[in-house]
Amino acid sequence: MAAGTHYLPGLTPTNKPSVQKSDDAAGFYELGENVVDESAPTGPIGERWTTRKFENRLVNPANRRKLDIIIVGTGLAGGAAAATLGEAGYNVKSFCYQDSPRRAHSIAAQGGINAAKNYKEDGDSTYRLFYDTVKGGDYRARESNVFRLAEESVNIIDQCVAQGVPFAREYGGLLDNRSFGGVQVSRTFYARGQTGQQLLLGAYQAMERQVAAGTVESLTRHEMLELIVVDDKARGIIARNMVTGEIETHLADVVVLASGGYGNVFYLSTNAMGSNVTAAWRAHRKGAYMANPCYTQIHPTCIPVTGSHQSKLTLMSESLRNDGRIWVPKNVEDCEKDPREIPEADRDFFLERIYPSFGNLVPRDIASRAAKYMCDEGRGVGPEISEIGPDGEERLVRRGVYLDLTDAIKRLGKHAIEEKYDNLLDMYERITGENPYELPMRIYPAVHYVMGGLWVDYELQSNIKGLFVTGEANFSDHGANRLGASALMQGLADGYFVLPNTIRDYLADAPFDKIPEDHPAVVEALSSVQDKVSQFLSINGTRSVESYHKELGSIMWEYCGMERTEPGLKIAIQKIRDLRADFWTNVKVLGSADNINQDLEKAGRVADFLELGELMCVDALNRRESCGGHFRGESQTEDGEALRHDEEFAYVAAWEWGGDSNDGGQPVLHKEDLVYTAIEMKQRSYK
Amino acid sequence: MAVSGLLFIGFVLGHMYGNLKAFAGEEKFNEYAHHLRELGEPMLPYEGFLWIMRVGLLVAIIVHVACAIALWKRAADARPVKYVAKRNSGSSFSSRTMRWGGVTVLVFIVWHLLNFTVVKINPSNGETGDPDHSPYALLVDTFDLWWMTILYLIAMLALALHLHHGTFSSLQTLGLTNSAVSRARARAAGWVIAIVVAGGFSLVPLSVLVGIIEK
Amino acid sequence: MKLTLKIWRQENPSATGGIHTYELDGVSKDMSFLEMLDLLNEQLVTGGEEPVAFDSDCREGICGMCSLMINGEAHGPEVTTTCQLHMRSFNDGDTITIEPWRAEPFPVLKDLVVDRSAFDRIIQSGGFISSNTGSAPEANSVPAPRDKAMRAFNVATCIGCGACVAACPNGSASLFVGAKITHLGELPQGQPERWSRVVDMVGQHDHEGFGGCTNIGECASACPKEIPLDVISQLNKDLRTALKNGF
Repeated sequence: MAAGTHYLPGLTPTNKPSVQKSDDAAGFYELGENVVDESAPTGPIGERWTTRKFENRLVNPANRRKLDIIIVGTGLAGGAAAATLGEAGYNVKSFCYQDSPRRAHSIAAQGGINAAKNYKEDGDSTYRLFYDTVKGGDYRARESNVFRLAEESVNIIDQCVAQGVPFAREYGGLLDNRSFGGVQVSRTFYARGQTGQQLLLGAYQAMERQVAAGTVESLTRHEMLELIVVDDKARGIIARNMVTGEIETHLADVVVLASGGYGNVFYLSTNAMGSNVTAAWRAHRKGAYMANPCYTQIHPTCIPVTGSHQSKLTLMSESLRNDGRIWVPKNVEDCEKDPREIPEADRDFFLERIYPSFGNLVPRDIASRAAKYMCDEGRGVGPEISEIGPDGEERLVRRGVYLDLTDAIKRLGKHAIEEKYDNLLDMYERITGENPYELPMRIYPAVHYVMGGLWVDYELQSNIKGLFVTGEANFSDHGANRLGASALMQGLADGYFVLPNTIRDYLADAPFDKIPEDHPAVVEALSSVQDKVSQFLSINGTRSVESYHKELGSIMWEYCGMERTEPGLKIAIQKIRDLRADFWTNVKVLGSADNINQDLEKAGRVADFLELGELMCVDALNRRESCGGHFRGESQTEDGEALRHDEEFAYVAAWEWGGDSNDGGQPVLHKEDLVYTAIEMKQRSYK
Repeated sequence: MAVSGLLFIGFVLGHMYGNLKAFAGEEKFNEYAHHLRELGEPMLPYEGFLWIMRVGLLVAIIVHVACAIALWKRAADARPVKYVAKRNSGSSFSSRTMRWGGVTVLVFIVWHLLNFTVVKINPSNGETGDPDHSPYALLVDTFDLWWMTILYLIAMLALALHLHHGTFSSLQTLGLTNSAVSRARARAAGWVIAIVVAGGFSLVPLSVLVGIIEK
Repeated sequence: MKLTLKIWRQENPSATGGIHTYELDGVSKDMSFLEMLDLLNEQLVTGGEEPVAFDSDCREGICGMCSLMINGEAHGPEVTTTCQLHMRSFNDGDTITIEPWRAEPFPVLKDLVVDRSAFDRIIQSGGFISSNTGSAPEANSVPAPRDKAMRAFNVATCIGCGACVAACPNGSASLFVGAKITHLGELPQGQPERWSRVVDMVGQHDHEGFGGCTNIGECASACPKEIPLDVISQLNKDLRTALKNGF
């Protein structure tokens, strides 16, 4: 049987399974068996999800309250799932590291949420949303999953409105839409620039309602530190109570990870300070595959770094590119000047120059890379920042390009610009201390979202039975790049509609064996966490946890950021290995284990980032093609555009943990072929 | 709190209006004081209206003080550990002085009742019981003393502050400040009532002191 | 810049805390207030002293996790969250006093970290619309007047940080409760539970030990999201209507 085609009886694939010829990562990994999504649906694409919902078995309402579900994370995916499964009558335990479920970082999403409602009658449809998403993901997502997402998108809006989410409305009282992220239809629902906040509060309130009803127990300031696997099934987690320091065992019939993305491996990102990979990474170390870890989305319009003190980056909505012109000085010696003194003739509007037809509105990754090249050439603006150069040496570079609203202000008037971007420009001024109405704004790309994550099948179940993964934590729906306003859609689709319909098929096998707390697997998980905590506190080295995180971030950003190359990635892998070895002998964690200890919490997260970072580099090294957010210097057209290699890489790279490379371990690559029947692969061009 | 407060606002407005009768001279003023006692006759017995007022005000003050104590205690319980540094930037002085200002007004009321209603202490000669049966004379005797006038003026300042926030606050507590317009109106009402009531009350003692009103 | 920091340190919830004084050099005007504290912590760790614990997460002013009473003002001198406050609001040589939120229902857990789960319990008592997943009608089947929807949105921007409580001389959380009451009460979907919601939420608010509102207004001026005081009026109006109707 041809790999990947076994589940398509009667359907004609539009592509051939790929055969990889290059092997850049040779010596860094082992090749394992292909992985197949055994639960993938069959039939015409429009019927797959409906059929599946019918075929999935039901759980008797009377039995539901006897079934325990652990959900880690309270963002859109986790909060929505907790609420929905609680309503259904299951016994849910919800965990978050923050002081309240309402703080999850979904709250920071600005732009909006896509849904194929076609309220504007502008030709939108489920199929078009599906098509745009697969294409936007550069044909690296599974078509069945994406179609399901597009189908559920409309239900999300209904659900959220019923919960009281105050979406923007038109004068007639009906919902307003806008166009977002370069698509040609208006399908984005929004609540000013705070859509994520409003959707999250909706899910949070629905979840708190279930807390009051007694179906959901909310454990805040709890961090999952280990997955309990018994007889190859996920049966619980070990979590640390971050207030008392107690290491607690929580057993359940099924575990759901909705723990978000790992963009903080870059140290600087638009993620929250606490966003981490630990929950997912612990599962990975217990056998769950990590899929496409190198797929990272870099957002072109963030506020640039001002110095080594910087702890996080702030996104400015991309909509600014509609009215702003992006430029750098033509001459290096002008970079220190007041931009207002640089004459028009000495300004290089590089996006307009290189991409005359799309100009400043080229896709995120192209805009980001172009800005990077300008700064690499030495024509960046703003303060000089210390960073690691391609040769591994430290250097000072200006990392910023101008986003200039002057022309738009002249053309439309200051008032019009104020109305459109008021809150954004205020935020910019607050952070930079510069008035964007007078001085051109400075922007630079920043890590924003990761498309990679734990591998899941169509049912959102990982290769460990009983471990489900939703939202940004899984890899499933965005391929190699995510469309604007689709992250919120995926999180809520997973949480409200997909997971509740798939998890029941797994739970229909209940009752499961009762696991005693003294089961060897439980004891082992518990003691491994306790040992690690005491190890951190006993190393007593000389360097702060923060300094390791910063150094890892600068390695990742330089070599595994906007542009990746074979030699660069190999340098990065070595550097990360050295840094990790040093971390385990020289990190300094003060304080005790029995109360709030933020350095201790961070140490565990950084330890996991130090392993993840290496895997991302190996994945990026193996994938010698440019697709979506992943750009390999070796794979570009003569004009410097991304070049995809479908014949070699139309597969999901699912990595199995093979042990720490410093101890001789190597990750094992399992490929899952991507097969399309409802859409044809195409190369994109923005020239 | 809000309802009893509004009652007091009504009362002080009426009381202040009555006081201004002092400008009409001794006869008219005493007549007004006497008339208060006959108000409502023959439906009500002599002093009937006054007693209804007194009982009403007494109940209101008990409610008002009880609410104030309850709120005070809740506030104290809600913040047992005080800030080392605390800066108030978004509130009026009057809103933050409701409690001690209220205590000041209460102490004043006790003296004021001793002065003019219950014992009728004449601070100029120490006589009690108003032997001349002339409220007007008692008033003039009292405010001819400069320190008595100052004392009353200080009390009126406290009252003004109390009314300034109290008027707005009672309307807000009753949920009557829901639109921008009603909110502006409630704020304005606070200013107007504070100035009119305290100003009106202050006119009489000041006029006595400077000799516009005399026996 | 060089600063003198007076910071509340408290080992755990039951320990007695106190103000500790630290000198910090090398502060840049471009730092956020929390990055300034990061710098202090880096210095403390290097010197072998345990870092100051404080809450923060998104650091872009939306999650509501950061707090801090800075020189007696919740979130410091600007109308924003502590994470968005920058050091250019201070001067070289300044002394800055940093304390945790102070309220009985917000007990100090460590240093500047407080427990705000009382807010979650207030939401649990009724701060939601009961609408089970899957039961929702088509979104556009119930139009919502635009001005009401906009008011709902404006007050729904509350981030639950607790600055209102911290700033209130009475330690009241009325602005927080009023914001949720107003948000849900302005929408057609929020009507069926409107009256029970206000009674339950106010009941829970009082039960948690927050103080009573005397309409002082410090809450609204401390609110980083500029939630206006009129939500308390709305709260009172709804409460009055609810009690009148026997809820």
